[in-house]
Amino acid sequence: MARISSLSSQATLVQKIQILTPNIGVVYSGMGPDSRVLVRKSRKQAEQYNLLYKEPIPVTQLVRETAAVMQEFTQSGGVRPFGVSLLVAGYDDKGPQLYQVDPSGSYFSWKASAMGKNVSNAKTFLEKRYTDDMELEDAIHTAILTLKEGFEGQISGKNIEIGVIEADRTFRVLTAAQIEDYLQEVE
Amino acid sequence: MVGKNCFAIASDRRLGVQLQTIATDFQRIFKIHDKLFLGLSGLGSDAQTLHQRLVFRHKLYQLREERDMKPETFASLVSAMLYEKRFGPYFCQPVIAGLGEDDKPFICTMDSIGAKELAKDFVVAGTASESLYGACESMFKPDMDHEELFETISQALISSIDRDCLSGWGGHVYVV
Repeated sequence: MARISSLSSQATLVQKIQILTPNIGVVYSGMGPDSRVLVRKSRKQAEQYNLLYKEPIPVTQLVRETAAVMQEFTQSGGVRPFGVSLLVAGYDDKGPQLYQVDPSGSYFSWKASAMGKNVSNAKTFLEKRYTDDMELEDAIHTAILTLKEGFEGQISGKNIEIGVIEADRTFRVLTAAQIEDYLQEVE
Repeated sequence: MVGKNCFAIASDRRLGVQLQTIATDFQRIFKIHDKLFLGLSGLGSDAQTLHQRLVFRHKLYQLREERDMKPETFASLVSAMLYEKRFGPYFCQPVIAGLGEDDKPFICTMDSIGAKELAKDFVVAGTASESLYGACESMFKPDMDHEELFETISQALISSIDRDCLSGWGGHVYVV
């Protein structure tokens, strides 16, 4: 996920990748402010589930509720649809999952996906590179390569973000230093 | 009561209003799904209403999540629903018994405003609860198989019911 960067921007302070629950993370493509509203709503819904059932919310349920919110805004009066597509990544009892949610409110489960400016090239690239039995390191490597395909300028730890979730079920965003390590392997 | 990879839940069959017996076949234990049972003691109408509402919630959960509720989750749900009515409560004490993941037995009871009480061996509720505590404490052994568990819980139930004028008219025992 590429960050806005120029000589004057302090890109490190505002992240594009957000945590919804300890085991679910999300990234968006589109209008940042719209995504913030959705992240807020989703976090509250996830926590309400947890309060009721004392259990972390399954990824499918959170995606469904978020998508329902997005659909609401396509049918209610006086509002406009959210200008974002979301990629939701999480780990629950069914294993690791990835979902894409569109402004219409429809959601899709993916093994690998991309969105944004370079989406068609990125998806073709992923179709060639993706295998079912990839390890985490391979997956990060592939993700970086995919991002690099359509990247303008010099890719570095400061202008991309990577979020990772493995069997420990904890979503974490990699630090710039960790990203640099992976980038060096790519070079 | 908990056994080895099994549980048993039992109740009496009397429905009464103080000294008058209204029914001698009152159903107090309800199946939520194959591995989860709920017993509700206390006010008869609150027991029935609460059961209906919980079945409703569970059915929706099954449709949404495409799976049965785990007993621990169900207990949290019951607790939350009871506390919602904190200042106008259901006059019920639930007893929840089920098999969780890997068929590990789970039991718990609550007071009428949702304070959960987990136990590894047995839980009791109702008018004869004090008597039941004594009977279970003396008769319980860990890791009983289902036949021995059935005998034990039945004996504990009968001996406690016989000492309580508000309980009686037989018993229901479910062993899973």
